[in-house]
Amino acid sequence: MGIEGIGARVARKEDKRFITGAGRYVDDMVVPGMKHAAFVRSPHAHAQIKKIDVKKAQAMPGVIGVLTGKELKADGIGNLICGWMIHSKDGSPMKMGAWSPLAVDKVRYVGDAIVIVVAETKGQARDAAEAVEITYKELKAVVDATKALQKGAPQVHAEAEDNLIFDWEIGDAKATDAAIKAAAHVTRMKIVNNRLVPNAMEPRAALGHYDKAEDHFTCWTTSQNPHVARLVMSAFYNVAPENKLRVIAPDVGGGFGSKIYIYPEEIVCLWASKKTGVPVKWVADRTESFLTDAHGRDHVSTVEMAFDKNNRITGFKVDTIANLGAYMSLFSSCVPTYLYATLLSGQYNIPTIHANVRTVYTNTAPVDAYRGAGRPEATYLLERTMETAARELGVSPAELRRTNFITTFPHQTPVIMNYDAGDYGASLDAATKASDYAGFAKRKTAAAKQGKLRGIGMSCYIEACGIAPSAAVGSLGAGVGLWESAEVRVNAVGTIEVLTGSHSHGQGHETTFAQLVNQRFGVPIDSVSIVHGDTDKVQMGMGTYGSRSGAVGMSAIAKALDKVEAKAKKIAAHLLEADEGDIVIENGEVKVAGTDKSLPWFQVALAAYTAHNLPAGMEPGLKETAFYDPANFTFPAGCYICEVEIDPETGTTEIVQFVAADDFGNIINPMIVEGQVHGGIAQGIGQALLEGAHYDASGQLLTASYMDYTMPRAGDLPSFKVSTSNTPCPSNPLGIKGCGEAGAIGSPPAVINAITDAIGIVDIAMPASPSTVWAAIRAAK
Amino acid sequence: MYAVNYHRAASVADAAKLMKSGDAKLLSGGMTLIPAMKTRLAAPSDLVDLSRIKDLQGVKVSGKTVTIGAATTHHDVANDEKLRKACPALAHLASLIGDPAVRHKGTIGGSVANNDPAADYPAALLALGATIVTNKREIAAAKFFTGLFETALKDGEIITAVSFTAPARAAYEKFRNPASRYAIVGVFVAKGKDGVSVAVTGAGDEGVFRSKEIEAALAKNFAASALEGLKVPAKNLMTDIHASAEYRASLIAVMAKRAVAAASA
Repeated sequence: MGIEGIGARVARKEDKRFITGAGRYVDDMVVPGMKHAAFVRSPHAHAQIKKIDVKKAQAMPGVIGVLTGKELKADGIGNLICGWMIHSKDGSPMKMGAWSPLAVDKVRYVGDAIVIVVAETKGQARDAAEAVEITYKELKAVVDATKALQKGAPQVHAEAEDNLIFDWEIGDAKATDAAIKAAAHVTRMKIVNNRLVPNAMEPRAALGHYDKAEDHFTCWTTSQNPHVARLVMSAFYNVAPENKLRVIAPDVGGGFGSKIYIYPEEIVCLWASKKTGVPVKWVADRTESFLTDAHGRDHVSTVEMAFDKNNRITGFKVDTIANLGAYMSLFSSCVPTYLYATLLSGQYNIPTIHANVRTVYTNTAPVDAYRGAGRPEATYLLERTMETAARELGVSPAELRRTNFITTFPHQTPVIMNYDAGDYGASLDAATKASDYAGFAKRKTAAAKQGKLRGIGMSCYIEACGIAPSAAVGSLGAGVGLWESAEVRVNAVGTIEVLTGSHSHGQGHETTFAQLVNQRFGVPIDSVSIVHGDTDKVQMGMGTYGSRSGAVGMSAIAKALDKVEAKAKKIAAHLLEADEGDIVIENGEVKVAGTDKSLPWFQVALAAYTAHNLPAGMEPGLKETAFYDPANFTFPAGCYICEVEIDPETGTTEIVQFVAADDFGNIINPMIVEGQVHGGIAQGIGQALLEGAHYDASGQLLTASYMDYTMPRAGDLPSFKVSTSNTPCPSNPLGIKGCGEAGAIGSPPAVINAITDAIGIVDIAMPASPSTVWAAIRAAK
Repeated sequence: MYAVNYHRAASVADAAKLMKSGDAKLLSGGMTLIPAMKTRLAAPSDLVDLSRIKDLQGVKVSGKTVTIGAATTHHDVANDEKLRKACPALAHLASLIGDPAVRHKGTIGGSVANNDPAADYPAALLALGATIVTNKREIAAAKFFTGLFETALKDGEIITAVSFTAPARAAYEKFRNPASRYAIVGVFVAKGKDGVSVAVTGAGDEGVFRSKEIEAALAKNFAASALEGLKVPAKNLMTDIHASAEYRASLIAVMAKRAVAAASA
């Protein structure tokens, strides 16, 4: 390991501009002649639009255009789509209702966009938006997915009878039922996974610019995957053909999944720019973020886990209702299916699994992937059930898990996944040791003397990152491939640009990707630039989500580096009059192994570009492209242990210890990995203790600001004890697994297991706020 | 925010005159008004800024009498050495308001005039039997706080100071809303020459109120143990997504107990 190579704790290159306020986000972009947009949004959760009168608004000061959905439709702009086809168990395709970028006849959730107003200033656009007169006929709303499925519930879309989008299953129902029937013990639970608001620090934004002379569009947008945005906006929304549309995502201030999807606003800003003849910028305010960013989670499940007399799991049966909100967001259908039910085997040998999933429309914000996406929901079911089963069976939760661990690899689960590597016992050992799991009883007694309820909870999670291979996901219904691309451009003086299809929204790619290059060629990371986020600069790529940029994105870079290395060695061999096989690259020197013959790296690069003396027939230049399609998912895993103390008088939970022992495969930058784990755990603790989106029965979001939606703060969190014990991933060239989501996946059940242990109850709703905990303590008495 | 005319008042008399223009509102720290204007929930035509009037700033302690200028920031209340000696409970209360930015801008007069049902100062003033001094008259705290965001202030009337007699013992305990960090329940306990008084903020469906049950228990014995097992009725307490009336009732007893313990320490 060099000081900047793989495994080095290099400070993040990009942080200098972020910390000094020099980052460049969409809202920092200024285009000559640019004007500002405001959207008129539905104040009702469910209503017919009877009339839209824009006359008064058009006459307001500074107004350039007031545009409606009717005009948008007349110009042929398409509906938003969900890009992953799921079929119900009866073979019928999912029932997708139409989602017009601007609502025409009906609004389906509070925040649904109806009209765009373009004006000279943001304030004028808002003033005029208030002057748009819309006549509604209010309809009854439904916000709860279980209620939405009942006969006679308000119908969100005519296309989906009883609001049922699909009724899907995976696994073997008959075998699982038989296992439950024959079981020595069955643990049964009803488990709710609470709805969350993503709350990226940077709100969503879009700047649409139509260039009349070139008949060309440019869209600056807050996107985790600008190429996918361009593809979808071209292929489905008819904004412009791909060659006439450039999508740029500059610095992106957090996303957690919410910036994967294409939203109405970017489409409408592009269209409005052509319509009004001016560049149009829209930046969400925080209320719009709460109301319209795709939310996460919102599952209700029942589970049955069967055990034999030796406490081995013999079957696992799951029935889930997933709330997808008012419209099907871009990847909403795959989250509660292939990103969820395929993880229901967890770290355990389970001979048979069956999961049934019904997805449902309601009059709430669309729900899509949010940090972990399906995997937190699966882990929550499994790990809550395992802990409960251990209590029912009277065995140690750690030992029940160990009894059931998968210990040989590769391991084929009954739900598609083929685990390639792991050592779950090692993580469990590390976590139990770091948390002094064995000494808990003493600490509980000491806490009781102080009038506190102390509890401990564990969670052994597995996740699947780097969804792949493309052929497999295509066969499961995905509308896209899930490979990644890279281009490595060595300049004539040896500095390097890496063009990657991944796109950072806070992950530190500019540092870690440069470390990979440094490892290969010894070039200082300051001489390596990472280029991303611009469809005009970078070849087609798939973007950043699902913890894929290390395992998939960096593997593509590694492949391109292989090609560059091979060519550089050929050139060096020629110049040094040596055999190609004897050339090695070390610390910025290209050497003939075992001799003192060498060339500095930059001279090989220069030779490639002067082309004065290249091997016969070789093309000049040193630049290579690679596309990498992984052979399999990668499977990070780990064990989290949470210890809490509860003040029974107020219901306040203090996390007194949190231990994370993860297996992430090979690690490029341990500091960045730890940062990802810390952030993930903070979000997981947020879900367990603090965060919850709450709609009232009429469909108004009651938690639409930080006055009512509790974000985790530093004071809510302990100092985490994190460690890794790594088994390299055999499925990609770098042995990387992915660490972006693990914390958010593994931590909620550990926290809730600890709280239920402290109180001595089976279950408690998330977020386990002080009032919820207080009520649970009172009910348990 | 809608367009608004801004006036910086040079004196209280000047402010009173300026208040006659249009639909004017007084601006002190602006910690409630400005966010409401930014989200377009409030739209005054004119703002009359009191925050630069020197006469309205500062804490005076004369014998047992404490007078705090209306435009004194929470930070200055929290850190005033004289007040920390005369009534440390009130200085402590001010240190618990909002965050450092809020405490450096927000003022006691603004908080009292706004009478947010979850604000901290109303509990203190009610329990201390304070007097709210305006440019027109003096109003007893018991008559001043009349309901949710409602006070006895007349249109254009300006609070200039609050004053009270320092209690022998006092303490404030607050249980915060996890999201907003305002009080879900805040209890101010004061023991003075007129006996024990206990005021509760954050919980009442008509704003700040005095808890007769707790006062009765403490009148006999000013000790935390006197409140063991005491049940506060949930009637007339708020229920919202953060806390039920029953939970608030329980917290009132718990916070009162802790406040008495702190006051006795």
